[in-house]
Amino acid sequence: MDDKLETIGETGLQFFGKMTASISHEIKNVLAIINENAGLLEDFTRMADGGVAIEPERLKALAQAVMKQISRADTIVKNMNRFAHSTDESLKTVDLNDTLELVVVLSNRFASMRSVTLEPKLQQSPVKIKTSLFFLMNLIWLCLDFAIDAAGDGKIVELATQKTDTETQICFRRLGGLAQAPLDTFPTEREQSLLGLLKAEVIVSPENNEIVLKLAGDIEGINKYNSFPFT
Amino acid sequence: MSEKVLIVDDEKDFLDIMAERMRARGADVSTTTSAEDALKMVEEESYDAVIMDFMMPAMNGFKALKLLKGKKPDVQIILLTGNVAKEMIIEAKKLGALDVIAKPADLKVLIEKIKNAKAQKTIRGKKSLRRK
Repeated sequence: MDDKLETIGETGLQFFGKMTASISHEIKNVLAIINENAGLLEDFTRMADGGVAIEPERLKALAQAVMKQISRADTIVKNMNRFAHSTDESLKTVDLNDTLELVVVLSNRFASMRSVTLEPKLQQSPVKIKTSLFFLMNLIWLCLDFAIDAAGDGKIVELATQKTDTETQICFRRLGGLAQAPLDTFPTEREQSLLGLLKAEVIVSPENNEIVLKLAGDIEGINKYNSFPFT
Repeated sequence: MSEKVLIVDDEKDFLDIMAERMRARGADVSTTTSAEDALKMVEEESYDAVIMDFMMPAMNGFKALKLLKGKKPDVQIILLTGNVAKEMIIEAKKLGALDVIAKPADLKVLIEKIKNAKAQKTIRGKKSLRRK
């Protein structure tokens, strides 16, 4: 395996591990709340055994609280499933809006831990590209990770999809701290390898407080790495 | 139980129910969803135990632990976490955490840990008085 493929494989595995660990943490939080609700229900039944009447409204509220958490867990698992299936095909036509939305959902916890809010601004119409979905998500995450650190005092990163006749791109905007960010450390070898794989280009412009990720509309046949590692 | 407890967790639904269940058992419970607020509260009040989620927005458990212990070395902190790894427990205890408990937590176990925290605090208090 040449160095570039090794870097891509290692970076991809790290990304997959990071996201699934985060998802498992989210699920644990939901289970903890359901566990407390079940415990409270048990407390109520003990009180009832002791002759204290249980208010039906409290039981109703408990049931609703559990249903709310089940719905939350369902959404988390659906997103996990979408993420897992991103490795199904080496090349696929995808809607960039859906892809960006999923990366934002998966990354929200990491942003929140750094007190940053992610604001997706998706183009109204679908933005179709033929790409390697998993590695595209990996590249978006790496750019976003850097952008979160460069959010500055505004503490907001706006993510926008854009498609013109000639270009398809994702913009990471409102990066008030970009001028102070260690620009010599981005893009690193990891991002460079993925940029090469996806025939993409990243433009960092501190003067506009934004990072632009320019993507090829179709990477089939233009890159020797485009089937790695799913064939 | 009559312990004075501060629970810190950004999951408000979790916080509210756990507080209700502890209050029903006689504990004097305060809550906050923010680690920064917890730092202020610990400075202003004396708690027998602080139960804190490890993964909090803006501040991870290790940082919060260091800051809390820096402000009040005697404060007894029990960390709650979704994923308990051995290395994490070792590091947390090195930084002064009394214990690390996995989520979902068993309330009985947690109450035992809180009682233990109060006992530790009392012993340390007596030792400190003797030294003076």
